[in-house]
Amino acid sequence: MEGHDEMSAITPSKPYKTHLLRPGNTNCAGCGMSIGLQWLDEALGDEKPVMVIPSCCGIVTAGAFPTSGYGAPTAATTFASSPAVATGISAISRMNDIDNPVICWAGDGGTYDIGLATLSAAAERNEDIIYICYDNEIYGNTGGQRSGATPTGSVTSTTPHGKEERKKDIMGIMAAHRISYAATLSIGHRKDFLRKVRFARQAKGFRFLLMLSPCPTGWKSEPDQSTELIELAVRSGLFPLYEIFDGVRYRINFQPDNTPVSTYLEQQKRFRQLWGDPGRLQAFIDSQWRHLDGMATVFPANIQDAPG
Amino acid sequence: MSRTLATGDHVAGHALAMAGEANRDARGCCAGAYPITPQTEIIEYLSAYDFTKGRIVLVESEHSAMAVCMGAALAGGRSFTASSSNGMAYMTENIFSAGYYRLPTVMIAVNRTLGPPWNIWVDQGDSLMMRDAAWLQFYCDTHQDLFDTIMMSFRVAEDPRVMLPVIVAMDGFVTSHTQMVVDFPTQEQVDAYLPACVVPHHLKHDHPTTMGGMTFPNETELHRFEIQQSMENVITVLEEARDEFENVFERRPAGVMECYETDDAETILIACNTMAKTLKNVVRERREKGEKVGMIRTKLFRPFPRKELLQAIGQSSKVGVLDRNHSPGSGGIFWQEVATTLQGGPDVLLQDYLVGLGGGDVTPENINAIIDDLQRRETASEPQWKDTTK
Repeated sequence: MEGHDEMSAITPSKPYKTHLLRPGNTNCAGCGMSIGLQWLDEALGDEKPVMVIPSCCGIVTAGAFPTSGYGAPTAATTFASSPAVATGISAISRMNDIDNPVICWAGDGGTYDIGLATLSAAAERNEDIIYICYDNEIYGNTGGQRSGATPTGSVTSTTPHGKEERKKDIMGIMAAHRISYAATLSIGHRKDFLRKVRFARQAKGFRFLLMLSPCPTGWKSEPDQSTELIELAVRSGLFPLYEIFDGVRYRINFQPDNTPVSTYLEQQKRFRQLWGDPGRLQAFIDSQWRHLDGMATVFPANIQDAPG
Repeated sequence: MSRTLATGDHVAGHALAMAGEANRDARGCCAGAYPITPQTEIIEYLSAYDFTKGRIVLVESEHSAMAVCMGAALAGGRSFTASSSNGMAYMTENIFSAGYYRLPTVMIAVNRTLGPPWNIWVDQGDSLMMRDAAWLQFYCDTHQDLFDTIMMSFRVAEDPRVMLPVIVAMDGFVTSHTQMVVDFPTQEQVDAYLPACVVPHHLKHDHPTTMGGMTFPNETELHRFEIQQSMENVITVLEEARDEFENVFERRPAGVMECYETDDAETILIACNTMAKTLKNVVRERREKGEKVGMIRTKLFRPFPRKELLQAIGQSSKVGVLDRNHSPGSGGIFWQEVATTLQGGPDVLLQDYLVGLGGGDVTPENINAIIDDLQRRETASEPQWKDTTK
């Protein structure tokens, strides 16, 4: 099994100023974006993307004008607009034979909630865009309010007694658009992460990647536990690692190993209401896996799809 | 040059398409497009146009239509769109973004009443709502004025001394869905008139920046100040654009405003768009009867040409403003601008008339009644509501 021990493989050999995520960025300690952006950079190699980032923590990352925490040209868009701005950039770039990937980098608020119509339309038009959602399951930039991505039972500043509703199935929504590629990314599984980004890079049309992104500030977790938390989320089955090809063929990349979800929950004070009684979230996990196992069995990925 | 009978919407669509096509040897063009009455025929026209190097993106909302235009401009392309009424209201956030990003997009505003209650007829409240959005605004009276102004708009918007987006407004239905004879230039003439679109701050891989990232108050204040300075360059750049327009197309469109019989006028009426055409005819008739009446058709609304307007008002003692828009709790928006212009200046009786709201016809009889009222007045009062249905 791969795991966080591989993180030592980040050995920057190129000058810092050419990095996608530069030193001096304003990310909090333990933020999932810090690893996600560095691995995105690594997966793209020498190729530099255009970053399109809506109003969210991801644009605060850049720091204040005139400095930029991003070593690639970056457009800061309005909250709901990143896939539409990316469409304009992609359209003009492609008609000028500029082939750099155009990457939307958006949080769960911009993806599951306010930006969903824009995202859906760009997916329906099958724009040449890679959309990556760093999902910290809250409106992190505004101090941690409930979003459509917040899991059942999680306490946020607007759900003081824990969220009642289920987390929205954004992968299912994107699959329903029959886009060429959708996959989940874990910052605890480096090889899997890099392979999926590289596959997305060479795939055509609209591609969607979902990364569960720890937010120690909002999750009330220890910053140095972030990668371990994501590993536990994967091993317990809460955050499945899988791919969907053309919206219809499924491949599960990692089978849960019976790690109790309580090991994940009990390191985060946002889940304090589920400590000792993870039943509500376990029910979510069980129903999620019934669906996913069924899809992967009946509609498996085929030999033409990315090697797993 | 070809002489054609065309609707206002098709004139606008054709002008945008020719301007987009003129950028084919540079970075091309791209527009986000979304339908709303009465501008829909513009985006239909654009969607059917065979661009050498361009793309019309059919989006899911006006908000995204402007976002696509911003993306296209950020990638260095020429961009344009069209909207009306509630569509423009829905687009508002990104209209402000395009202005503050300083992207030279051109948007056709086919003026339509904001709802509810739902009403598809003309009222300038939709585009006037965007007065604080760092966009230039032009208001056009005829189909030819519309075509010519769109051409000049790209030149002015993309001039490095301005580098701001432009709204070109026309009346819903009265202009958009009626036909007038228009002289269309050849593509070669448009190519000669419009230089390649250069957005100096477009996204570059050799100089990565974060466009639109965070600033602190001092930089933000500087940013707004620079926009104001650019606004102050507009009239100079516009006059150059008119001169060059005349060189290439052999006619001279109206620029900042159109003055008619204002030189010795005692009473001046101010209006925009097609209402100004009716007003002009009324003024002509009353001049023939010996009355010292004049007319100013405001065309450039942002930046508001205070100096030029003061000069045009000159020694006249009474000014009436016809506002086909309403700012509840205040009055007409053009009136507010004229009041600001006159503040501390000459002693003029300034009266506001709210007319044709929601698209009611403004007839010569209505305008005559307004002029009679203005001439009788000894003091100004609150904005007057005129029942235009009679």
